[in-house]
Amino acid sequence: MVEARPRLHAALAGAALLGALVLPAVLAAFGAEYYLSLAGRVLVYAIAATSLNLVLGYGGLVSFGHAAFFGLGAYVTGITIAEGQLSPLVHLALVLAVTGATALAIGAVALRTRGVYFIMITLAFAQMLFYLANSIKGYGGDEGLNLRARTALPFGLSLKDETTFYFVALAVLVALLVAMARFVPSRFGRAVVAMRDDVDRAEALGLATFRLQLVLFVAAGMLGGIAGLLHANQQGYVSPGLLHWTQSGTLMVMVILGGVGRLWGGVLGAAALLLLQEVVGAYTTHWEFVVGIVLLAVVLFARRGLAGLFDRGAAR
Amino acid sequence: MSGLFFLEQALNGLQFGLMLFLLAAGLTLVFGVMDMINLAHGSLYMVGAFVAAWLAPLTGSFWLAVGGSVLITAVFGMLLEASVLRTLYARDHLSQVLATFALILILNDGVKMVFGNDLPLSAPPALAGPVEIVPGLPYPSYRLLILGVGLALALLLYLLVARTRLGALVRAGAANRPMAEAMGVNIRALFTGVFGIGAGLCAVAGALLGPLLAVQVGMGENILILAFVVIVIGGIGSIRGALVGALLVGFVDTLGRTLLQQGLREFLAPQWASAAGPALSSMMVYVLMAAVLAFKPQGLFPARG
Amino acid sequence: MASFVHRIAAAAALALLTTTAAAADRVKVGFVSTLSGPSSALGIDIRDGFQLAVKLGGGKLGGLPAEVLVNDDQFKPDVGKQLFERLVKRDKVDFMTGVVFSNIMLAALPEALDAGTIYISPNAAPSSIAGRDCHPLFFAVSWPNDAYHEAAGAYANQRGLQTVYLLAPNYQAGKDSLSGFKRMFKGKVLGENYTKLGQLDYAAELAEIRAAKPQALYIFLPGGMGINFIKQFVGAGLGNDIQLLLPGFSADQDVIGPVGPAMSGLFNTSHWSPDFTNPANQRFVAEFTKEYKRVPTLYASQGYDAAQLINAAVRDVKGKLDDKEAVRKALKAARFDSVRGAFKFNVNQYPIQNYYVRTVGSDGKGGLINKSFSEPILKNHGDAYAGDCKMKP
Repeated sequence: MVEARPRLHAALAGAALLGALVLPAVLAAFGAEYYLSLAGRVLVYAIAATSLNLVLGYGGLVSFGHAAFFGLGAYVTGITIAEGQLSPLVHLALVLAVTGATALAIGAVALRTRGVYFIMITLAFAQMLFYLANSIKGYGGDEGLNLRARTALPFGLSLKDETTFYFVALAVLVALLVAMARFVPSRFGRAVVAMRDDVDRAEALGLATFRLQLVLFVAAGMLGGIAGLLHANQQGYVSPGLLHWTQSGTLMVMVILGGVGRLWGGVLGAAALLLLQEVVGAYTTHWEFVVGIVLLAVVLFARRGLAGLFDRGAAR
Repeated sequence: MSGLFFLEQALNGLQFGLMLFLLAAGLTLVFGVMDMINLAHGSLYMVGAFVAAWLAPLTGSFWLAVGGSVLITAVFGMLLEASVLRTLYARDHLSQVLATFALILILNDGVKMVFGNDLPLSAPPALAGPVEIVPGLPYPSYRLLILGVGLALALLLYLLVARTRLGALVRAGAANRPMAEAMGVNIRALFTGVFGIGAGLCAVAGALLGPLLAVQVGMGENILILAFVVIVIGGIGSIRGALVGALLVGFVDTLGRTLLQQGLREFLAPQWASAAGPALSSMMVYVLMAAVLAFKPQGLFPARG
Repeated sequence: MASFVHRIAAAAALALLTTTAAAADRVKVGFVSTLSGPSSALGIDIRDGFQLAVKLGGGKLGGLPAEVLVNDDQFKPDVGKQLFERLVKRDKVDFMTGVVFSNIMLAALPEALDAGTIYISPNAAPSSIAGRDCHPLFFAVSWPNDAYHEAAGAYANQRGLQTVYLLAPNYQAGKDSLSGFKRMFKGKVLGENYTKLGQLDYAAELAEIRAAKPQALYIFLPGGMGINFIKQFVGAGLGNDIQLLLPGFSADQDVIGPVGPAMSGLFNTSHWSPDFTNPANQRFVAEFTKEYKRVPTLYASQGYDAAQLINAAVRDVKGKLDDKEAVRKALKAARFDSVRGAFKFNVNQYPIQNYYVRTVGSDGKGGLINKSFSEPILKNHGDAYAGDCKMKP
């Protein structure tokens, strides 16, 4: 086991939160408001990656179709807005209902399989939803759907305003991290980790593994849907590409880069990948090459991801 | 709907299926023998197409270009295996996914840097016209050629795997690797060889499909997932399974697309029918996979008992 | 004391006046187009045409030094959208232009229009923005999406064709194209098939066309799609029984090159042809051929005209780009010599112009080039959607 360093971690977390709170003001001071939209994108993907980490890192289930929930959340929001319904409660309820039901259906089938077959089944279902999104010509089809409005907010605030969006997304991310921090040491959390480490032993010990895994899968799916709702609001545009398997791959890359099964894995991974793309992309059109090399290096040499770098004795 | 129409679509499905088989064969061997998920398999297909497109004007001959591409891509594949991929055999599937995903990015941009974003590749002019295989059906001769090459390679692979010593070693390695190792098989060389064969097959598919599709960066991503579906249906590690799976997928995809579209056009606007048809047939491929797994969880012809 | 204050006030007033009346020191243009992939020839031609016009103006547009920021949308709407956002918000360009494909443009356009940046389209001009979605900041310097196809439909009537089969990619411009053809064509449409945008293998569709047995086939397949289709059409032996009718962009130099002799004799419709004799066009074709060693396509002519339009507008407002309303009015007046001949904007800021039939013939040097018939098939033609546009002139 690697030693954790709770005091250092808490200090770092506090500093990160403080930094996040003052970021918009700092950017405005430097006239770099354009980067606020980048920060917003990092927050949205951090939420999506963290939701994947829940099922992948903590649950040990290699779901290669997580982009489906992200995309579904975005599309449900987009279609609802296109139909003229802007109430945030309606949006939230619909997103949770649709992604939850879909995750329940997929999970009920997929969780009966193991190993590579689980990966392929989750991938297959996600691709099916991708093709479905491509076919709905009434809502853009493969051209995507432009959204004229956004989810309505109280007090006359608008999600079209970058700063407002940023703080809303930040609030959601913080709430998610707090919830996960409470979840991991709880009974449910410990059961999940036990199943990840050895599912047969867990079953022998009396855990209802299938049901527990299903609950986890559905929860992760719904959280991914929330990230999708935010994404639709930030971009004002949804397209089937959000559900494509390469998008699932990108989310997995973020989780593994940041640290599988680590609380901050999704956040660190999303931030690292998006910032890397932006910084490298400013210098060269061949940023994909650089990102690929970095990823390969992380797999080969930094097995615990970026979060692992903050552990004591993290040499391998 | 006439019989000629069905025949033409059936030939199209067969042609697509055989090309899928070339990709799936390599993929199933690598997965079966080395237990490695290789997402970069589609990138080898892309490299094969680019090298062929690069060699064609240099050599002035389409066939020399294809042959040269097979050799170069196979060597490239083996170098890749010996340097980077070998370290992944011991790692878990998740790490393999990430590492080979990274390879996709590296190879996409690498090819772009070396060759540019896309290269033109034309079929040999002798095959530009049709052949009237059945009265009333002039079928493109180039596609007939692809069919011929695909069938020939399928036969060759079958002979290789079922009748030669190398094939026996491969089957042993796929069925039970530790046992094969204990029996003194030079596993390292075997693995490199298997990878090289897989890369060569990818190059054939890439070079042959190049004139029909475009030789462009990212062309591997689309076909990769179908190849994975094929080997899951066919059974991981089985060449026979890869062939059967590829033909099934090829037919379902091609025939499904046109028949569904025609049916839907009866009661949907053309734009909707044209969008829904391909979407539904693509979904049918995945439904097919789920159906096969429901009855035979290890695929149709699993290599491991 | 008072005179001192007066002098300060006078100086301040003068400073204020000069700053508000000051011209910008340069023109910044954000150029986003498809510069990679099978259809990159289109974006590259628009870019080259645009940059040629700037070069011939001494690196200036309307008298101001021009800075053109060229970017590749990689044929992906999300990439195009992100590029627009960066150019508009970070680089704060004065004009956006360049996009080839309607789907990319429709996704990215809000980034420009919502921020108050003018968009000059050198190609995509979908029906949606011609009608109810018309926007004061959107100018199309090419042709309304339906136009070439309406001209083709009219030509099909002229040729007395009775049955036709239609094919186009399944996106906004594809839909516009076939509805444009059907609007004019008086015969029977045997089949209407939409393919996937970017699809390159047409075996399935060709089998269906063969089974339907039409007299003529009309396709809208720009760029690499058209090249592949025509090659496969000929390869399937369909050219002997079915007449192929094309819109201009499926029969222009970028297709003629790769397809080769099979193109000879094919009829197509367009608003421009390299053999137009007006002085602006003769200069354009000569300079383009000299600079880039190839014959320009209609895409290049549109890029050239887009730059000329911006040049005229900046010149007419004397460089005062901050006054957006004045810039708009100058653009609308379109006081420039277009390479196509007569040009003027409709109320929806889409062109009203002539359309011609062309045929692919020998260029006298062993190659092929388009030659136009002098009498236009459609004269002073606008579009069918302008009536829905509620924009004030």
